[in-house]
Amino acid sequence: MEVLFYIAAAVTFLATLRVITHVHPVHALLYLVVALIALALIFYLLGAQFAAALEIIIYGGAIMVLFIFVVMLLGPLAVEQEKSWLTPGTWVGPSVLALVLLGEVGYLIAAGDYLPISGMETRQKGVSIVLYGPYIIGVELASMLLLPGLIGAYHLGRRLSKEPRSC
Amino acid sequence: MIDWSHTALTIGIILGGALMLAGLLIWVERRLLGIWQERYGPNRVGPGGCLQSLADMIKIFTKEDWIPPFADKAVFVITPAIVVITALMSFAVVPIAPSFVIADLNMGAMFFLAMSSLAAYSVIIGGWASNSKFAFLGSLRAIAQLLSYEVFMGLSLMGAVLLAGSFNLSDIVEAQRHQWFVIPQFLGFLGFFMAGLAEAHRTPFDMPEAEAELVAGYHSEYSGMKFGMFFVGEYLSVILLSAMTVILFFGGWHGPWLPPVMWFVLKMAFFIVLIILIRATWPRFRFDQLLSFGWKVVMPLALMNLLATGGVVLWKQG
Repeated sequence: MEVLFYIAAAVTFLATLRVITHVHPVHALLYLVVALIALALIFYLLGAQFAAALEIIIYGGAIMVLFIFVVMLLGPLAVEQEKSWLTPGTWVGPSVLALVLLGEVGYLIAAGDYLPISGMETRQKGVSIVLYGPYIIGVELASMLLLPGLIGAYHLGRRLSKEPRSC
Repeated sequence: MIDWSHTALTIGIILGGALMLAGLLIWVERRLLGIWQERYGPNRVGPGGCLQSLADMIKIFTKEDWIPPFADKAVFVITPAIVVITALMSFAVVPIAPSFVIADLNMGAMFFLAMSSLAAYSVIIGGWASNSKFAFLGSLRAIAQLLSYEVFMGLSLMGAVLLAGSFNLSDIVEAQRHQWFVIPQFLGFLGFFMAGLAEAHRTPFDMPEAEAELVAGYHSEYSGMKFGMFFVGEYLSVILLSAMTVILFFGGWHGPWLPPVMWFVLKMAFFIVLIILIRATWPRFRFDQLLSFGWKVVMPLALMNLLATGGVVLWKQG
């Protein structure tokens, strides 16, 4: 099982690397889809079956499809644009910031200090019970935040003229 | 320890059976369409024309396999494989009879949804990689249609999951020993079946490949066996939709007298023929009608169904 984990991890890593370095936007997104599927496999191997299924259905299936939908409409010009943007100079800032994180992860692994700052491990069931128990108002407020988005989208998509609707 | 020989045999039978059935359906569909529309259909090759698929296959293999120079080659080539792979992967969780299933996952229903959402890529990417306007229009339609109907599919399937109290498809079938879920979940069944037709892009929801307006939609540029893969993939998803409908709402392998496998195959065949009958008799929707029907009719019904089912389940638990 550990071999499977490392293979999936390697696929995730390589695919994510190609997402960043690929100049073709749609190809980069396809690599991102591969990375998400590999991530779902890792979740599955770690015992989080439900999270694995949701990862594919929501991220792999729905959100990435929307991304591709938008990027598809960019047309062939986007490749040239991306090439002109991806100069070595643009890599410096993100690389330095990523190196800091890499250092932190390396330190954690080396120190063998896995306990989170709060001092207790969180489980999914615990998270769900807390979310729908004491913090229910927060969840409801967040969902109400989505409602203005929905209404806004409806407003933008509304027909302005009074032409007779055909459906 | 997993019994490898048993697993391998099950995989062989289910995958081989599904592919054979998909091949056979090409002939069955054309013949039935012919009979219902008062013409003969293919009746020349073999008795009653039943070897028509074989002749089609020879023809399609010997055709020139052409990749248009303006297409995005790598993506263009892998797309037909995605159709067939995702459809075949879904068969892994389909329980045909007790313990006659490749992988009895606890997340069976979720796995099916995940695979059907990945199947959307074949349509979308295929249309984009072809780099032609008809294919592109087809895939634009497909995205809107698949994304919307995926939501309803998941929502209407959850009613059956709630009643059975499990995502495991074998458990869902077992829970229908005394009463099929189609009775308490009739709305769920309607929603699921409609969403399934839309996911498989079958008539009346086959706008992505409407031949009257879009040549052949997202697979206009495909030829030879690559087109054949799209074709087989479509029939595989028809079989899968019938199988899932039987499992979720029509008691799976349960039935008197006959052995479980026979019942499963008979029920599945009924739905396959029903889907072909729908194609033979129904006109195609207009695209805006499809979307507004989905969001304004199916969506509220599915949500209300889910709410009522959840309420009843909670009330029964006391």
